[in-house]
Amino acid sequence: MNIILNGEPLETTSETLAELLLSLDYADSHIVTAVNSEFVPHTQRSGVTLNDGDRVEIIAPMAGG
Amino acid sequence: MENAEPLSDTLTVYGTQVKSRLLLGTALYPSPQIMLDAIKASGTEILTVSLRRESSAEKSGQAFWELIKDTVARVLPNTAGCRSVKEAVNTAYMARELFDTAWVKLEVIGEDDTLQPDVFALVEAARVLCSDGFQVFPYTTDDLGVADQLLNAGCEVLMPLGAPIGSGRGLNNPFALRTLRAHYPDVPLIIDAGIGKPSHACEALEMGYDAILLNTAVAKAGDPVSMAAAFAMAIEAGRLAQQASPILARDMAAPSTPVIGTPFWSE
Repeated sequence: MNIILNGEPLETTSETLAELLLSLDYADSHIVTAVNSEFVPHTQRSGVTLNDGDRVEIIAPMAGG
Repeated sequence: MENAEPLSDTLTVYGTQVKSRLLLGTALYPSPQIMLDAIKASGTEILTVSLRRESSAEKSGQAFWELIKDTVARVLPNTAGCRSVKEAVNTAYMARELFDTAWVKLEVIGEDDTLQPDVFALVEAARVLCSDGFQVFPYTTDDLGVADQLLNAGCEVLMPLGAPIGSGRGLNNPFALRTLRAHYPDVPLIIDAGIGKPSHACEALEMGYDAILLNTAVAKAGDPVSMAAAFAMAIEAGRLAQQASPILARDMAAPSTPVIGTPFWSE
């Protein structure tokens, strides 16, 4: 299926958000996630099924003022 | 001199006590090492941070987090760049999990040229977040009506802007800021944004503001580390001066040297 990951198109075979993160080597990363503009807590990632066209955000700490 | 020692009074926000009244941003420094040195020189105990999309190739967010996570006691994540209640609330939820804190510097930008807050969305977002256990630090204006609504929403601290973000203009409207301070003598008030020089920060503390949040003034200075130290000193001086009750300004001169006994007085 085709999703939008951080604003860029991505073809993936991952069926859940948790699988997607694993496939992209984010398993041990300090990140948070959102799908279709809604925050997905880390405890719910394995229960979130991905669908064609989903917009997935992988968010990390950044410098800020 | 008795009072030359560092201040022993502390700032309490949401039950957390800090000694430093400088909250420092982590953006725009010439290098990571200069940022770390500036943090140390500032004496800050609270760093502002943000969150953005992570590049799978660079993983720069991980590197940044490793760099700062042990430098200070607390981080204050912001919702910078958010322009709606929904964006700000979702960003706050992500920040709470990412940084493991209920603190959030709530920014909802309303206008590009001034980066002033959209105060209507700000109040609504504050209401949503406070009711869900967040401890909200709202980036707001000096408007008392908005301040009232933010406090009613559950905010226990207010962060009015001194001047537009990154402008370095200092306190654009001291009259309004004095009014805000006088109206809320017991609410922690932090000047957030617009500070350019240590004298601006000192002025705010002399006025009775509790703390200063700044970033650009240090990070973009020619020597950020020295500037961080200068801000720390200015803020401490301003606080000490405020506690020492400055004299009131007057229009006419008043001689400081006693005139009684002046030689040739009767000539």
